[in-house]
This record gives sequence, structure tokens and C-alpha cells, in this order.
Amino acid sequence: MSNLVQDKKDTDFFSSLKESPSTNEFIKGLWRDNPVFVQVLGMCPVLAVSNTAENALAMGLATAFVLLMSNLLVSSLRNFIPKQVRIASYILIIATFVTITDYAIQAISVELHKSLGAFISLIVVNCLILSRAESFASKNNIGRSMLDALGMGVGFIFALFCLGAVREVLGNGTIFGFSLFPEAFQEWIVMILPAGGFFTLAAWLLIFNIIQKKGSKT
Amino acid sequence: MNLNKTQQNPANTSANSFSMLRAMVGIGILCALMIVLTYEGTFGRIEQLKAEALEKAIFRVIPGIVKSSAFQLDPDGNFVEASEENTTPMIYAGYDENDRLVGVAVEASGQGYADILRILYGYDPESQKIIGFYVLESKETPGLGDKIEKDPNFLANFEALDLSLNDDRSAVKNRVIPVKKGAKENAWEVEGITGATISSRAIGNIIGESTDYWVPVIYKNKEKLMLNSEE
Repeated sequence: MSNLVQDKKDTDFFSSLKESPSTNEFIKGLWRDNPVFVQVLGMCPVLAVSNTAENALAMGLATAFVLLMSNLLVSSLRNFIPKQVRIASYILIIATFVTITDYAIQAISVELHKSLGAFISLIVVNCLILSRAESFASKNNIGRSMLDALGMGVGFIFALFCLGAVREVLGNGTIFGFSLFPEAFQEWIVMILPAGGFFTLAAWLLIFNIIQKKGSKT
Repeated sequence: MNLNKTQQNPANTSANSFSMLRAMVGIGILCALMIVLTYEGTFGRIEQLKAEALEKAIFRVIPGIVKSSAFQLDPDGNFVEASEENTTPMIYAGYDENDRLVGVAVEASGQGYADILRILYGYDPESQKIIGFYVLESKETPGLGDKIEKDPNFLANFEALDLSLNDDRSAVKNRVIPVKKGAKENAWEVEGITGATISSRAIGNIIGESTDYWVPVIYKNKEKLMLNSEE
């Protein structure tokens, strides 16, 4: 029942877009099924690497890339992989793209690689990626799987950025390294630490739920 | 249920295992190929970026230099220009525009709070002091342990850290030791940071250990590091 209402609201919200299954595949990851704010998946990198806006964006992009590529491969091999070994196959595919991403980030900037540290390798066990492979890409054609991955990826970047921006502004007084406040501003160091990640996530979840509740009432 | 099925239909099972094997091996080969291609494709660029980062760090820890070159110890304990075959640790000599030796950058590492800390420090054999310090790699807690990279009071330790040698030039007279914040009395002590006690102590100990070994060696061989030594 609530789902029906939700769908109706989405059509209103994006009324400029024609209702079609493909736009729906993309849009659902951005908002209705947002991987962080609704599905609460992949919390380890969300909490750990969202201490600055730049780190959050980089981590979001890396995860989105892995998600897109693994969905593509899983979807194109979905009739080739027997179901008994599917999880092992997915992990192998995901780990490969994570390794590729790791090399790519090192080749882009040593500094960035230094600040993301161990969390790049940990994308392998990000349950967001495995859950999209298992629950979507393995059952849908390549086009739809790509759209799904794009939507989820952008939704993940959006959510990480929301956290990273707030934490950087409060914890460091900067955004993308640019100073926002006068010298006298006392940084809230707790926001940079893991505990600050929990606070910020809780605040965003609250805001998100209020918006969604309001939307479903009307 | 599953067991029954297998017994009834052995042909089906072997076909099934074959398809499993085929899928895993196929995906494995495909993945290995992709990783190798990426590794080959990015190797040169990654090496170049790492070398650039190290070069930048060398220029930071030896102020006022315009070029640097790497040296290694040969089996007789003499400095020779760094080469591919030699696997001993490198040190980096820095020169100003008159080709005068300004200082030597040495890499050192040790256990920090979170993980291994890799640092680079600059040693000036002329004044027998450490003249610069930079953290190459650290996973210390953001906001606490990572103060070792930015705390101005802490970094001031390394503007002139005393490393005078004893009378027969065989060892450092006073080993570098970490002390608590506000307790620094001598020029060879590294004053710690409140809130980053373990990380700042670790830096003091890493430098102490590394200088114990390197400083006498570098001092003894400093002529070999000078550019006009062959003449």
C-alpha cells in the first residue's frame, strides 16, 4: 500500500520525465531506494571516508565505477554463471574492478591514494555492490543493469557527499580545502573522527525520513 | 532431496560441475587478464608519481637546494651513486646552485599508533643538525595522531635538532629522544604533542634509531657525497 503511494509521489515529483521503466531504474537509486539513506548499505566506507568532501567524492566515484563495471559484467555473464558458484563469481569480478580502480587512483594522484588508504581495497566487501549484482544485475539485461548501477552509484555519491560536506565544514572549517570561517572558528574535531560520521549520518537519516514521510502524506 | 536427485542423474551432475568449473575458470582468466593489463598500463605513471612525491619531500626537508642525487652504500661501506642492482637503502644528497652539499635526506620508518610510519628527515653534516622533517606515509588518527604532520610546535623540533658526534666521530654524542610537551631542555630532545602522545613519541624514537646508524656513516663519507669529489 505504502509502496503504491510512494510510486505515485515519484511520478509527481519527476513529472517532467515520462514514466518509463528505464527512467525508473535510474531514478530509484537516487531517491526512493537510495543505497545509503534508505537501504543503509555499505556503511563502512560511508562512515570512514566521509571526513572531507573531497575524500567522499573520490570514494563515491570509485565505488560507482566498480558498481557500474561489475553490474555490466555480471549481467552479461548471467546465463553463463551456474547459481551454485554465483557469489564466488561475483566477488571475483568485483575484486578485479577494485584492483583496477586502486591502480587507477594511484596513477591519478599519490596524495589521494594516501588519504583513501585501505578503504579502496575494502570496496570489495561493500555489500551495496554485491547486493546489486545478486538482486538486480543477475536477473536483468545489460541495459537495465547499467541504468540501475548508474542510479545507485549517483545516489551513493550524493549521500557520501552530503556527509562529507557537513563533516568537513564543521570539523575543519573548510570545504574542498577552502577556508569558510574566520580564524576564530573553533573546529569540532569530533566531526572528523568516526563518531562524527555517526552523528552526521543520523542527522541526514532524520531529515531524509521527515521528507519522505511528508511526501507520502500528501 | 538434492542427494536423491544426484543419485538418479549422474550425467546431469557432471555436466553441472563442468559448467561450474567453466564459469569459475573463465571468469578467473578474464579477471586476471584485466588486472595484468591495468597493472602494465599504469605501472610507469605510478612509479613516476611516487618518484615525484619523494623528490618534493627531499626539497622540503633540505631547504634551499636546487638538485638532488641518490646514493647507496657499497659492500665496503662507501657511498656510490644509486644503481638498479644495489638493493641497500638510499640516501639523497641535496645541493644548492653552487653545487655545494647542503644536506642529506634519509628515509626512516617505524611503528606508529595505527600503522607503520614512513618519514624523511634532512641532516646537515656541516652543522651536525637535523634541518627538516616530513611524513611520507602515515595512517594516524585524523585530528589527533596526524598532528605530527602539521603541529607547528612539533615541527619546530626539527629546525635544528642537535646530532653532534662524539670526539672520535664514531657515534652520535646524544641520541635523539622524545620528551613530554614542555619538558624539552636539550637540543637533541623531541618535544611531544598533547593528544598525539604515541605518534609523536614514535617519531622521536624512529629518528633516534635511524640517526644512530646513519649520522656517523654520512659524516665519515661526506666528501664522497660532494659533487666535485672526483677532481
